[in-house]
Amino acid sequence: MRAKREKMGLAGPDLSKAAGPISSIGAIIVGLLVGLVILFIANPEKALSGFGWILGGSLQSPKDFGNVLYYATPIVMTGLSVAFAFRTSLFNIGASGQFIMGAYGAVLVGVQCKSLGSFQWIVALLAAMVFGGLWALLPGILKAYFNVNEVISCIMTNYIGMYLVNWLVKSTVYHKLTNRSLPVAATANIPKMGLDKIFPGSMVNGGIIIAAIVSVLIYILLNKTTFGFELKACGFNKDASRYAGINARKNIVLSLLISGALAGIGGGLLYLAGSGKYIYVEDILSPEGFTGISVALLGMSHPIGTLFAGLFIAYITVGGSYMQLSGFVPEIIDIITATIIYFAAFALILRGILQKFRSRKAGDKG
Amino acid sequence: MSTIYFLFQQTMFFTIPLMVVALGGMFSERSGVINIALEGIMIMGGFCSILFINRMQDTLSGQLLLILAILIAMASGALFSLLHAYASINMKADQTISGTALNLLAPALSIFMARMIQTSGVQQIPFTNTFRISKVPLLGDIPVLGEMFFQNTFLTTYIGVLILVISAILLYKTKFGLRLRACGEHPQAADSVGVSVYRMRYAGVAISGALAGLGGLIFVVTTSTQFNAEVAGYGFLALAVLIFGQWKPYRIAGAALFFGFMKTISATYSSIPWLINLKISGYAYKMIPYIATLVVLIFSSRKSQAPRAEGIPYDQGAR
Repeated sequence: MRAKREKMGLAGPDLSKAAGPISSIGAIIVGLLVGLVILFIANPEKALSGFGWILGGSLQSPKDFGNVLYYATPIVMTGLSVAFAFRTSLFNIGASGQFIMGAYGAVLVGVQCKSLGSFQWIVALLAAMVFGGLWALLPGILKAYFNVNEVISCIMTNYIGMYLVNWLVKSTVYHKLTNRSLPVAATANIPKMGLDKIFPGSMVNGGIIIAAIVSVLIYILLNKTTFGFELKACGFNKDASRYAGINARKNIVLSLLISGALAGIGGGLLYLAGSGKYIYVEDILSPEGFTGISVALLGMSHPIGTLFAGLFIAYITVGGSYMQLSGFVPEIIDIITATIIYFAAFALILRGILQKFRSRKAGDKG
Repeated sequence: MSTIYFLFQQTMFFTIPLMVVALGGMFSERSGVINIALEGIMIMGGFCSILFINRMQDTLSGQLLLILAILIAMASGALFSLLHAYASINMKADQTISGTALNLLAPALSIFMARMIQTSGVQQIPFTNTFRISKVPLLGDIPVLGEMFFQNTFLTTYIGVLILVISAILLYKTKFGLRLRACGEHPQAADSVGVSVYRMRYAGVAISGALAGLGGLIFVVTTSTQFNAEVAGYGFLALAVLIFGQWKPYRIAGAALFFGFMKTISATYSSIPWLINLKISGYAYKMIPYIATLVVLIFSSRKSQAPRAEGIPYDQGAR
């Protein structure tokens, strides 16, 4: 009996034993080379200087590197959200909706609960976690108890979440003149945790530290606890794990709940960053949720890998924004990222070849 | 009565692109290859064909130009989808990964190329919409039916319906369809009787690419006068319609029609007097299509069954 994930289609990729960071780095090199070729096609004279911006633009000053950390924060969280679901063989394509629900939870507390004082940002972040988690509970329950494919329910909840947040913002924390949410109180902003001293002038804040801590916690949860083992077992083979006495339905719900909470924290961290971010009332899905898919894939669905993948994508994005000085469109960064992910998919075949080679060798000996 | 005609025509604008793209996805997934790249392929097809219209509209116009654009859209979509086919069939890559890569690549590539090619340097590609048929000759004069089906429409609507019928026949009544389905259910068995699994899967993905590319064109032509490197998430919605429609052609059409009608209500409630009188927030209407789909799924998903071998790379050596 094939695992449930395969029967239902649209399975999450099994990257747990992937060829490791080496294949990711190989894919990154190929992606960057493709980027270089595109730069040469676009403008041969400035290609090398543009490429230099991509590679080194983020290292120009502490401010730039601080901004890398700032941009990485939300996509590390959505990346963790998607990666966590992948590891339990669920495809959480709904991180976008959970992200914006979390953002709303954070902004609501940030605007309305000023009496909390210095605890306000913690409560706001917890609200983000709860809002994001609860929003993923819906596809979780539908999957566990009604066999609704999580991909389709996640796509639907993305849109419902977007409209719901627009509606809620308009009726609770709305600034009419600018068509966006009200600014949060100063005490609701994530503390800088000293990072502003290291990277003066940048938008960095303690959010990246929180994201890094969460990455480690998720790693421990998945790899060092019984609960994490059960979650993975359910994803790998629902029927076998049920036979082993694991409550598969409960685990599906919990796994999406955690995944959603992670995306929700991401929303909270971005909108409490004190960088002038507001929830605009417009019909656009949050792109961070979809970037999270790329981040998770590049990080091979490993929590620590995801942290580095988020940092890497933020790194070339900040560098790429400087590339515009040489007259290149910043979309080249997306082309590079897409190429990297495409070749990262190939990298898995390397593992297969290696394994075959090894087993053949073992066979010779035997 | 005129409200009903209006609603019906609007429903078609939403339904046809969704249905065409979902049918495309069906061919890919029934052959055993998951295709979450539908969104990206739509964007690529839309980009190439709208760019073609933009370049040729001084010399051509109307239905001839549209037909040529349709061919361009299908060809470019099929070509782009081969990237996904190569990764998932030859390289046995994870199909979610390469699909995601294509979804990311398409908008970036089309913005990049639009800004390179156009002298204006902007990413939007404008075009003059000369494709609307206000009334089909003769047929449009039939009372009731004429107003419903043959007025204020696009050629693409009829092509969409034609594609539905052809898809159903192709899938269920031909040798090709039988082989395709076999490759999605039990590729080893198909291989053992001499069917080339690789070739069938390539065919499935290429058809999905052609139809998704066409869907991209249909979406842009019926809703806009410029292409802006996006198709409003229709590729993902088509994926939902595909699963909602249980990977079966007529069910997909039904699912697309259902969603299209709900979407019409949410988009046009302000022009329907008795809906305004209910004094419900506009946001509630906007959420209706998605909520309604979830509710229907709760009742219809119990026996949901995807093609069995979907998502599993075929390894001839592992027979």
